[in-house]
Amino acid sequence: MSAEGVDLKKRRFLTATTAVIGAVGVGFAAVPFIASWNPSERAKALGAPEEADISKLEPGGLLRVKWRGKVCWVVNRTEQNLADLKTLDGELADPNSDVETQQPPYCKNPTRSIKPEYGVLVGICTHLGCSPTYRPDVAPADLGADWKGGFFCPCHGSRFDLAGRVYKGVPAPTNLVVPPHQYLSEDVILIGVDGGAA
Amino acid sequence: MSFMNWIDERFPATKVWNEHLAQYYAPKNFNFWYYFGSLAMLVLVLQIVTGVWLAMLYKPSAADAFASVEYIMRDVDYGWLLRYLHSTGASAFFLVIYLHMFRGLIYGSYRKPRELLWIIGVIIYLAMMATAFMGYLLPWGQMSYWGAQVIVNLFAAVPFGIGEPLSIWIRGDYVISDATLNRFFALHFLLPFVLAALVFIHIVALHKVGSNNPDGIEIKKNKDENGIPKDGIPFHPYYSVKDIVGVGVFLIFFTAVIFFWPDFGGLFLEPPNFEPANPLKTPDHIAPVWYFTPFYAMLRAVPPMFNSQFPGVLVMFAAILVFFFLPWLDRSPVKSIRYKGMLFKVPVAIFVISFVVLAWLGMQPSTPVKTLLAQIFTALYFAFFLLMPFYSKMDKTKPVPERVTK
Repeated sequence: MSAEGVDLKKRRFLTATTAVIGAVGVGFAAVPFIASWNPSERAKALGAPEEADISKLEPGGLLRVKWRGKVCWVVNRTEQNLADLKTLDGELADPNSDVETQQPPYCKNPTRSIKPEYGVLVGICTHLGCSPTYRPDVAPADLGADWKGGFFCPCHGSRFDLAGRVYKGVPAPTNLVVPPHQYLSEDVILIGVDGGAA
Repeated sequence: MSFMNWIDERFPATKVWNEHLAQYYAPKNFNFWYYFGSLAMLVLVLQIVTGVWLAMLYKPSAADAFASVEYIMRDVDYGWLLRYLHSTGASAFFLVIYLHMFRGLIYGSYRKPRELLWIIGVIIYLAMMATAFMGYLLPWGQMSYWGAQVIVNLFAAVPFGIGEPLSIWIRGDYVISDATLNRFFALHFLLPFVLAALVFIHIVALHKVGSNNPDGIEIKKNKDENGIPKDGIPFHPYYSVKDIVGVGVFLIFFTAVIFFWPDFGGLFLEPPNFEPANPLKTPDHIAPVWYFTPFYAMLRAVPPMFNSQFPGVLVMFAAILVFFFLPWLDRSPVKSIRYKGMLFKVPVAIFVISFVVLAWLGMQPSTPVKTLLAQIFTALYFAFFLLMPFYSKMDKTKPVPERVTK
């Protein structure tokens, strides 16, 4: 074959279209590789709701439950704790729970709970996912004289009060998440499903 | 010789040997700082060999991982040695690479025509960090688990609704789990071979432009009648022999750590990692391994803005990505620190101090004072790079000689 009579324009067009079609093909071929990284059906099924029995939870105590592989807390707040919560508003970043993604609507109240004494929280720091430490002690040496009890994240020093509300000036940007939950009876909380307002 | 002829007619063995070793002319004035490139290659090979052997004994599942590491340590003949070689090797790798990068920094090895060589090097550094991070999850201890939790959550900080699905996609679950461990193992196995390929490209680029030297003089500008640089000596045997001495000294220190101090006081193997991963409890104090702590300190130093921790994540990644721009930030007429003035030497000293202080801060629990310190040193770290176009131009430099000095 001689080079004469070669239609270079047509050749360029064919090269370009072949390249484009090839790239589209690579894109489609990549789908299974990328999609296989999503949570599997088994992982999704493990996100089922979890029951928490609070009959043995004393005032001031904390119960840990696993929901969707995450730690969830049920904290039984004392009368004193509930009184202290009201005094903290000035030091908090979002005292009135205005960030709607952090709690279901029925928990947008001063204690961020259905029943004032029982707080239900996802125990994962909203900063980078560590699990904060429960520090119910008042005014401990390491947290300062103003500490009224709450949760302290050891990873980056974020502070939350006993309703999971974040303090100002700490790394965590938002309040701890209140998971959807409902009371099945006086002593049993079902974490993971809305039950509407109590 | 006829055997080599037979080979050479079919594969360019002698040609490659000459071009890259026996007749590759490197500047004759290399000093101590020039050991670390070849040592880095040694450690990479060591990591690949010990890593492949460990993979024969390790089980990448949440149920078995921790126990299989204990099994390697206690029941496998010399398993403890393979693992300590690998865990100490990881720290040695970063130590050697940091010294190698520092060498490039002070002698201007990133300057024209070595910009691409430097950029390939930064990519190698990034790949190393990814490899080390994924490898650290594998023992499935408390620090493995919560360290990975924090780092993967960095991606969740990406705004516009991308972050959360992205972090779930990386983990393959809503928290770090068996799925995460399994894929990190596969990638941790794959990445070292990518690293090896990148190192090959790094060397191809190096041999195209030729090595820099402590004087920052281009030896190719001064050639004799045979076209050989007057200040060059063949890499083999001169520098191959020099590097073997370096390897000997390195191995004395390296094996001393392995035999007498394998956890290095909690710096190479952190105490919480001797406890199996527990998704319900974060250790009281978590910190990454020492080679990540400068960047971790920067992450913690930035307060949340606009209800998001994304700015901190951005600062952390910027601290690494800024290295890519170094070739264009330096406007000094000379390459090497030997001919630069105080306006370069002082910033370099500040940079090194900032890096070391940030590394220390990243290991400490956060307090208001330490956060303030971290903010100051983060600012100094970035000032070193971002102000470089100005101070390197204003700097009073000394005249550079024609030929390399002793």
